[in-house]
Amino acid sequence: MSQQKEQFLIDTERIAFDENHRKVIKFNISKYDLAVDKGKRQYADLALARSRAARIKRNVVNDLEGYLKEFEFNFQKNGGQIIWAVDDKEAVNAVLEIARKHQVKTVVKSKSMVSEEIDLNPHLQAYGVETLETDLGEYIVQLADERPYHIVTPAMHKSKEDIAQLYHQKFNTPEKFTPEEITYYTRIKLREKFVKADMGITGGNFLISDIGGIAVTENEGNGVLSMSFPKVHVAIVGIEKIIPSMRDLDLFWSILSTHGTGQKITVYNTVITGPRKSDELDGPENMYLILLDNGRTNLANQEHQKLALSCIRCGACLNVCPVYKSIGGHAYETTYSGPIGSVITPHLRGMEEYNHLSFASSLCGKCTEECPVNIPLHELLLYNRRDAVKAGFTDKSFNLVMKAYKIAMNKRWIIETFSPNVKNIGISLTFSNSWGPRRKLPVFQTSFTERWKKMHNR
Amino acid sequence: MEVDLFIPCFIDQLYPDTGFNLVKILEKLGIQVHYNTKQTCCGQMAFNSGYWDEALSLGEKFIKDFSTGRIIVGPSASCIGMVKNHYPKLFHNTSHHNTYKEIQSNIFEISDFLVNHLHITNLGARFPHKVTVHDSCSALREYGLTHEVRTLLANVKDIEIVEMNESDTCCGFGGTFSVKNEAISTSMAEQKVKNALETGAEFIVSTESSCLLHIEAYIKKHNLPIKTIHIVDILASGWEL
Ligand code: SF4
Repeated sequence: MSQQKEQFLIDTERIAFDENHRKVIKFNISKYDLAVDKGKRQYADLALARSRAARIKRNVVNDLEGYLKEFEFNFQKNGGQIIWAVDDKEAVNAVLEIARKHQVKTVVKSKSMVSEEIDLNPHLQAYGVETLETDLGEYIVQLADERPYHIVTPAMHKSKEDIAQLYHQKFNTPEKFTPEEITYYTRIKLREKFVKADMGITGGNFLISDIGGIAVTENEGNGVLSMSFPKVHVAIVGIEKIIPSMRDLDLFWSILSTHGTGQKITVYNTVITGPRKSDELDGPENMYLILLDNGRTNLANQEHQKLALSCIRCGACLNVCPVYKSIGGHAYETTYSGPIGSVITPHLRGMEEYNHLSFASSLCGKCTEECPVNIPLHELLLYNRRDAVKAGFTDKSFNLVMKAYKIAMNKRWIIETFSPNVKNIGISLTFSNSWGPRRKLPVFQTSFTERWKKMHNR
Repeated sequence: MEVDLFIPCFIDQLYPDTGFNLVKILEKLGIQVHYNTKQTCCGQMAFNSGYWDEALSLGEKFIKDFSTGRIIVGPSASCIGMVKNHYPKLFHNTSHHNTYKEIQSNIFEISDFLVNHLHITNLGARFPHKVTVHDSCSALREYGLTHEVRTLLANVKDIEIVEMNESDTCCGFGGTFSVKNEAISTSMAEQKVKNALETGAEFIVSTESSCLLHIEAYIKKHNLPIKTIHIVDILASGWEL
């Protein structure tokens, strides 16, 4: 058993029956559900919008290299610099190199899951660079010294009381600070940081190929500030984030916000096409784009699972997933949690270490039903499982159970050799451990087939 | 009309009465029922667990056992969903291509068969109890049942139907998921049963025996005041042939 799997089983055992956790998640997701139900009504034909978005992303996935070349050409034409990073180390080193070159002491960051993926903050700090998360949710998580719990709403696991308590501990603010007071307090605190920061780091929601632009969408304005105040802007984006054309952006921006937060459109939407030009008043003097692979090419090489590269990271599949709601985002111990995380992580970080996530699903199919770009998530989990079994990464004892099951089910007489009583003893010997102490084992009866045979004198 | 009866392996072994209730219903409708006593399993458990070679071997047997050309009817949307949605992954463009395609177009889950193909929504059943419906994931999303269960229940005499919260949320069974991730799986069953208990119903009814198996396992261990029942068992209540 991989160490990751062992830890996963321990963590899920601890959290799955935690009533308080359940309560907070249920409450926060119920608010999301209401908003999304309403948001979806902006579409006359949501299914059509989804299938259009899906088709566009499928085209991109099928010709990723071609689109990346086009994007690179157009982005560089505007004066931006591209750094290709094959893995997390290369990406981190690139950021450190930029920080060194521009003598960066402080960094403001807007929300970026890719920067989590490459574990950027600790590296910058070790290098003596102060980094500050400026998205409210990320800021809270950073304050609590935790990891994002969710790819869209990083502090979803905290109630407003939890957050007021955290602020009280860290800043000695009143214990009953309201959400409005917390937001205002944070805004004041962050403003001065933006003005002083030497470098801004952001992610990017879409790379727009035909104009060589990066689209960033957010609700707090901290992204715009991170890109425009500091002299240096670094965007770190996964190579799969391409959309072909500026003409596709209206579809993607709205479908992302509808499924991410239930908004018709997010509050701040920015497209950047490189550094400040000589005739422009503002913007960074230097702009770098780090294009991160980190296993994505490996995923692109999987015949079926490559569809997961269409993901626009809206987080909808997490919010509807009963497994995610039972164990929360932290138990996964991955950057991307929930259904999409369980599909892609084995390909990004290693099938041997992470295949257990593909098995941690009841395959209920809610994720597939909800995904705005029609990724058949639960089916992709099946392909991951197949690959894990083929590669020999599953438990040996389980392999034997499956072999025995196949042999027995192939020959009716084997099943009938044993009486129900013997089967009941057999099942309690083999399964009572894994079936656990919280459920009763089912009871074998005289089978339908045997009774049928008797009735029909055969 | 003649049909082949498909009794999934776990119903055969654990819930044989449900199988016989299905026969009772079909015979009431004047349908002649054939049962191939060699049949075992569609291979779903192996397939869902990643053991596609094993699933292939069981699927081949299934195709052989059911290649009579007759309509096939069974009481489980998940096993029939396996045949409908996943057999292509195993048998597309193989020597079994034509037979599996024929079986696919001929195989029906019982509530779909009754409501949408025979257009029968009232079997004259009587069940004087308060029930709540669990929409199984496979029936809903794998097979595509929508209103059928409630339509059939609405015509049962003296029944009281109360809806639970999150009736279409998974019960946590998921085949071998239930043993590989026991804590998550049981936690989901617990939440399902809690929602059902809140309605005050005496029974949780579903089209899917595997969900019921799981829900029952949790209920019985904790001695909770609610029972599980397959829709076929309700439809076969209150009348005799
Ligand atoms: S897989 Fe689909 S639902 Fe999940 S985050 Fe990506 S786009 Fe959203």
